[in-house]
Amino acid sequence: MTAAAKITALSQTDRARRASKIAAEFADRVDAEARFPSEGMDALKAERLMGIMISPDMGGEGASLTEVADICAILGQACAATAMTYAMHQIQIASLSGYAVGSQWHEAFLKRICAEQLLIGSATSEAGIGGNLRNSLCAIEVDGDTARLTKDATVISYGEASDAIMVTSRRHADAAHSDQVATIFLKDQYTLERTSVWDTLGMRGTCSDGFIFKGEAPSEQILPRPFAEIAAQSMLAVSHLLWGSLWYGIAADAVARAQAFVKAAARKSPGQVPPGALRLAEASSLLQLVKSNVVAGLKQFDACKGDEDALNAMSFSVAMNNVKIGTSQTILTIINHCMLICGIAGYKNGTPFSLGRHLRDAHSAQLMISNDRILGNTSTMLLVNKQDTSLLG
Amino acid sequence: MKQTIRELLAKHGNLPVAADALKDDADLYDAGLSSFASVQVMLALEEEFDIEFPEHLLNRKSFSSIQAIEAALNEILKHQAA
Repeated sequence: MTAAAKITALSQTDRARRASKIAAEFADRVDAEARFPSEGMDALKAERLMGIMISPDMGGEGASLTEVADICAILGQACAATAMTYAMHQIQIASLSGYAVGSQWHEAFLKRICAEQLLIGSATSEAGIGGNLRNSLCAIEVDGDTARLTKDATVISYGEASDAIMVTSRRHADAAHSDQVATIFLKDQYTLERTSVWDTLGMRGTCSDGFIFKGEAPSEQILPRPFAEIAAQSMLAVSHLLWGSLWYGIAADAVARAQAFVKAAARKSPGQVPPGALRLAEASSLLQLVKSNVVAGLKQFDACKGDEDALNAMSFSVAMNNVKIGTSQTILTIINHCMLICGIAGYKNGTPFSLGRHLRDAHSAQLMISNDRILGNTSTMLLVNKQDTSLLG
Repeated sequence: MKQTIRELLAKHGNLPVAADALKDDADLYDAGLSSFASVQVMLALEEEFDIEFPEHLLNRKSFSSIQAIEAALNEILKHQAA
């Protein structure tokens, strides 16, 4: 049995738990120094968790999105920056493994991801476009077998630590803004010139600096399917579900800390219900709401998997948007409750009940793909799409 | 019917190209149709033909080309007549 086979013989959950212990140990330092969570990410690579969603014949484990979501939730409880980096990487894997089948180059690349445990970043945001994933200004230039691309990317999460980056652009110089393709560029095929530094309130370890991206690669590295299709059928839903899972993780750890605080108080004064106990019960109810929301979304995604019509349906987009809105808003309420329960011990850094990092990380949730943009999008769809009023769907 | 679809696309589709210049099978999303505009066109079609798009036709495919919109409309109108 090889060393890699020995590791993959264990359950993914067990491996994720081991990695999360290491990630947790460095979470405060990663946050304080706004540096890449290299210890957590190295642990995930050592546990061979980078390519698990890829099919076994290419060296992966054929894991479902639900299984990956579970890992994101585990990591979210330990270090949100590690969890977010892992989740974003998996969004790229889902796009690649679902929408590049049959392309020789991409299939070989998927095998490499598994064998070498590569980390894949993405460059979708662009100056002049903002966060609208489905629009590009830059256009890829195909010259014979060579593709060249320059992009003023306002944000490339973990750009410097990535082994390869998936970059969106217009299909050609005359294409409409929404007529996009995605191209994989390997680390030695591009340069990154930093234009802004990621010094933020939370999610500091994702190191989402801005860069001028300049790449040149064989044109066979352009994904064969239009990016519109990848975004609509995979990327948006997978993002909302994996982010929702790790946001659940952040809130779950906050609730665990608040519960430990209440329990300690109860032990000190037997026979008395501590003042924070009722609020804890409320937080627990809200946490269950977040969990149910994510799990229901994952079930719906699994049920639609491979069914192009179901994934393209407006009702599916509405449901996924609702997962994002519901989870991103509710975790803030939950963590705020936990802060009220723990009081100064929660407000202060460096106590077992500290919640500052949780609260700051959680604030990113409403902004990464702005909730206002998503609500606007859903409200448009609801002009024609009837709300699903069934209980079981 | 294709002419009506073209007129409504021109009015509500917010396309960077002239709707008249589009081929029947041209991909409307590639031509710059946004999801917001597609819903506006859908509402205009509902008003024009006094119909309602059923759930199974509320997807990208139904609006991917003038031809596809016509096929969706024909399906709805056929059901309505039945």
